[in-house]
Amino acid sequence: MLISRRGVLAASAGLAALGLLPIAVRAQDAAAAPAMTADDMIAEFTGGAAVADGDGVTLTAPEIAENGNTVPISVDAPGASEILVLALENPTPGVARFTFGPLAASQAAATRIRLAKTQDVVAIAKLADGSFVRTASNVKVTIGGCGG
Amino acid sequence: MTSRREFLQAGLATSAILAGLGLSNWSRAMAQQSLTQDQLLQFDDFGNLTLIHVTDSHAHLRPVWFREPDTNIGVGEAAGRVPHVVGETFQTMFGIAPGSPQAYALTYPDFESLARSYGRMGGFDRIATVVKAIRAARPDSILLDGGDTWHGSYTSLKTMGEDMVLVQNLLGVEAMSSHWEFTFGTTRVRELIEKCNFPFLGANIYDVEWDEPAFEPYRIIQKGDLAVGVIGQAFPYLPIANPKWMFPEYSFGIREERMQEVVDDLRGQNVDLVVCLSHNGFDVDHKMAGRVKGIDVILSGHTHDAVPEPVLVGETIIIASGSHGKFVSRVDLDVQGGRMAGFRHKLIPIFSDVIQPDPEMAALIDDIRAPFTADLEAVIGQTDHLLYRRGNFNGTWDDLICRAILEERDAEIALSPGVRWGASVLPGDITREDIHSVTSMTYGQCYRTEMTGETLKTVMEDVADNIFNPDPYYQQGGDMVRVGGLAYAIDPTAPMGSRITDLRLIADDSAIDPSRSYVVGGWASINEGTDGPQIWDVVEDHIRTTGGARQDAPVSNITVKGL
Repeated sequence: MLISRRGVLAASAGLAALGLLPIAVRAQDAAAAPAMTADDMIAEFTGGAAVADGDGVTLTAPEIAENGNTVPISVDAPGASEILVLALENPTPGVARFTFGPLAASQAAATRIRLAKTQDVVAIAKLADGSFVRTASNVKVTIGGCGG
Repeated sequence: MTSRREFLQAGLATSAILAGLGLSNWSRAMAQQSLTQDQLLQFDDFGNLTLIHVTDSHAHLRPVWFREPDTNIGVGEAAGRVPHVVGETFQTMFGIAPGSPQAYALTYPDFESLARSYGRMGGFDRIATVVKAIRAARPDSILLDGGDTWHGSYTSLKTMGEDMVLVQNLLGVEAMSSHWEFTFGTTRVRELIEKCNFPFLGANIYDVEWDEPAFEPYRIIQKGDLAVGVIGQAFPYLPIANPKWMFPEYSFGIREERMQEVVDDLRGQNVDLVVCLSHNGFDVDHKMAGRVKGIDVILSGHTHDAVPEPVLVGETIIIASGSHGKFVSRVDLDVQGGRMAGFRHKLIPIFSDVIQPDPEMAALIDDIRAPFTADLEAVIGQTDHLLYRRGNFNGTWDDLICRAILEERDAEIALSPGVRWGASVLPGDITREDIHSVTSMTYGQCYRTEMTGETLKTVMEDVADNIFNPDPYYQQGGDMVRVGGLAYAIDPTAPMGSRITDLRLIADDSAIDPSRSYVVGGWASINEGTDGPQIWDVVEDHIRTTGGARQDAPVSNITVKGL
């Protein structure tokens, strides 16, 4: 069962790559401009427009990172044209800015990010109507405990 | 028309009344000196399906003494709610008479004297008797094992978990979930799964590289004309709380959205009932029950809580069945039209002097132990006081282990993991088997290292947040790291980074200096390549050297405040 799943996965990975074609990803945009704070980046992304909390954008992240150097996250915002992802407490908070073209089959993306310490990861989506919605997940980066 | 919720509440009330009756029967029984197997197993059959739940035996094949916690602090919404209720408060909440068999089984007061009256609890030969009796009365029964079954004893370590698979197969386990199983390493887990006559389920176990499910998430078990979907949920924080280098292929996590997806998948296949066989821990299950829709029953493991009544969250019931083989839960369900219409439950205490051993299982256990008898029964020394571990902070077993580390490893400070497994020992002989009950593991090296005061504080704050974070999804279960040579105060309600104060070295009553280096000994490091003697040898040497365990100057001094 596992073997066949991997076979299917390998095939679907190819499809996923095709699916990515309409999307321009500019990961670590902010790294080039370390002076920018998270607030600056949000202001630039929204052009100063109001950002609502709640429905419209979903951010999936682990509650506690198994490895802070590679934390799997995914964002999903049906109908969005862009999603900005920030790690607020990283030395450079910029993580990724996903731009979805009109032919994108879905407005979702998954990647792995590096987190310097426990912090909020924030996703802000620009929806089809031009409005902005925001969601956040607290991801804990721990040195480990002693399980029961 | 009666709503499902009303049905459930009626069911709970019925269950509570039965529990009350059971209790008064017991009290009378004891007054008459006539506690019997029939009374322990007495159950008015209900509905058309029975779930039998065992969990967290930690490979304790034979009956044990096991003192329940005196401290189990709940934070946030969990404060004052089961399972964060202990001792007399617990007795009052469930109408348990002090000194009764239920008080002995479920609470700590007068443990030592009650232990002498009521005897040891558990033992898989007794569990087999109970399971067979339930199956005889209820052919449509499903036996589910919540995990932490393969680890925790001398024989399980020597056979690398195989002894427990033999026992599970004979008992007729129909599915299991997991946690410490993975500390035998990926290869061994795979080998043992091949030997299991039942599925090893884990909906939340993912392949690290592919980020895709790596294990069978659920199994649909057919009983009579009912299709029961059983979902496995492994301990979410295995790679954080245990050494991930032993199972680097796998990622875990709570993965709430995955649980919902799997439940929806099962509902889409028109199963009659959805059961989650969980190793999340009770508080995590409580939160998950309120957020994932469509689970009828959560069989909860990991945090070792023995809860006498089901806890109802929305339309989901949570059943917690204790640890170390002390209890078996029987849950009778009335399943109609793809829904749970009602339930009746009993947390059956396994009094080993009352329940007859099953001869077939007793013979298997004897066979398993035979090659190791001399080692298991070797008396290492004596203790003049009760040795126990369970509780948020150091127990007397932990004090003994920490003292052994301080003295045998010439350390200033000792750290011992806050695990919840390990049986108690009454004053008298300490055997090698007893020592393994509280130390057995595949990464038991006792390290000796240097740590600054600042690092020590960081470690303790980190562990404290794993236990006392007000959001259960950020908790890992387990208890506070045990310490030796150290005094401190803790405010569980404070935010992370400011719970631990007044850290002092007991030896000279000096404040811990953040910039000074201290010699620290400990065990169960999650780091690969940790050097040192095995902790059970350290403890054994210490007991032999000192002639035994004596109640003397405290090895730790912990003040809890803010509650």
